[in-house]
Amino acid sequence: MAKIVSLAEAIGDNVRDGDTVAMEGFTHLIPYAAGHEVIRQGRKDLFLVRMTPDILYDQLIGVGAARGMKFSWGGNPGVGSLHRFRDAVENQWPRPLEIEEHSHAAMANAYEAGAANLPFAMLRGYIGADLPKVNPNIKQVTCPFTSEVLAAVPAIRPDVTIIHAQRADRKGNVLLEGIVGVQKEAVLAARRSIVTVEEIVDELAPPSPNSVVLPTWAVTAVSHVPGGAFPSYAHGYYPRSNAFYIGWDEIARDRDSFTAWIKENVLEASPEDFARHAGKKPAKAA
Amino acid sequence: MTDFTPNEMMTIAASRELSNDDVCFVGIGAPSAACNVARLTHAPDITLIYESGTVGTKPDVLPLSIGDGELCDTALFTVSVPEMFRYWLQGGRITTGFLGGAQIDKFANLNTTVVGPYDHPKVRLPGGGGAPEIASNCGRIFITMALSKRGFVEKLPFITSMGHGEGGDHRERLGMKTKGPTRIITDLCILEPDPVTKELTVVSIHQGVTRDEIVDNCGWPIKFAEDVIDTPVPTEIELATLRDINARTKKAHQGNKEAA
Repeated sequence: MAKIVSLAEAIGDNVRDGDTVAMEGFTHLIPYAAGHEVIRQGRKDLFLVRMTPDILYDQLIGVGAARGMKFSWGGNPGVGSLHRFRDAVENQWPRPLEIEEHSHAAMANAYEAGAANLPFAMLRGYIGADLPKVNPNIKQVTCPFTSEVLAAVPAIRPDVTIIHAQRADRKGNVLLEGIVGVQKEAVLAARRSIVTVEEIVDELAPPSPNSVVLPTWAVTAVSHVPGGAFPSYAHGYYPRSNAFYIGWDEIARDRDSFTAWIKENVLEASPEDFARHAGKKPAKAA
Repeated sequence: MTDFTPNEMMTIAASRELSNDDVCFVGIGAPSAACNVARLTHAPDITLIYESGTVGTKPDVLPLSIGDGELCDTALFTVSVPEMFRYWLQGGRITTGFLGGAQIDKFANLNTTVVGPYDHPKVRLPGGGGAPEIASNCGRIFITMALSKRGFVEKLPFITSMGHGEGGDHRERLGMKTKGPTRIITDLCILEPDPVTKELTVVSIHQGVTRDEIVDNCGWPIKFAEDVIDTPVPTEIELATLRDINARTKKAHQGNKEAA
């Protein structure tokens, strides 16, 4: 059964130095508050997994919390580069970053294989592309029935997966809506999981029998952190702050302005500071 | 006809490639603008799909990211990312993929990964995202990007997604049954792969552009087809539609600027 605890306790109990950590959310429901708590608690040597590192992993990389990263698209969506990620890869600042790079299709398949308790995923992928030449974790497998050669990648099995969701009930059952990405797979593939939510309610009341629900017995910890996906968004609650994503480009371009931003907005802040972004509004971008 | 910029010409020319029957996997940026101009002008029933899982989406403003709430709010339905890549893309349901890129070579291979060696890159770019499998699994591929010496290069430092590989029948030799890149729409002209060699060749030139300009802005000695046509100039409806959606988008994205 999931424990409903504070975010500090959830991270303290479940994220350890050296862990392989997946924080998922495909543009939507990115667990920013939880990522900031990981930074505040000084976790180090993490191996980060995420399809689209986004600003959240730019922040974790920039503070030196990561030894490596597995990913498939490392940019600031619609804006340009992730400057802290680039500084780590191009100049090894603040420390070298081991990278394992895939395509989206391979990452999505690898999460699904992890959730399905399989050792690897296969796909018709990477044909004629150079990534298999630089990533030894992209191999080939031959179909035993047709002899077709397909791409194979190892299943993703994080020590801990962290996601943000719209709501949970008091037992810790969790509901996700909108662009649901790979969060269900990422949680089911992991040994432990943390879910931050906008609301904790008496009745979960899933809107459809086919809603995406993670039952309490498949989740380790649930924390109530309204606004916890900002500057990403929570469908039905608040919109993506595209203005923040655009503004991040200048903050992250320079090491000093980045470090000052982290000090003021992460190290000297708390999960409650995210509450000012919360509220029930349409999910139109702003 | 009013004046138009080369960039507007590029987006409008790209939008004309699409029709009502297309099921189109949309890349962010220039492809997204072109696909939505098509939807708002001559192809109202086109199915637009974004890799975040939104199917049949009709955004009122252009998304900044591939997963803006606008895409989900206006979609017919939204699926998980594994379902998107496994059932819909790998399953062969997508007729057309629309991509952009940082660099392209004469056989329409794309690089969005690195400039310089992979292990010690001079410039680390975002990477492939969905592109490697979009390029191989969609029925055909359109590419839109501005023509420049930096972008159109003789040899790519890294092949993120394969177009026609080394040219000729390279795709068939690798077992691919899809067409690959069939049209490349730039701000100066439109290119098509030669039917036999697959080398990109100029087939249409935008108004006011000279052949010398095209040659000067391409990183390899570019060839012209025997019959090169003039690209029709944008109509007033096309131009007004593009400018309207760009204005709505700009206004929407400049909203709440605040710190976390």
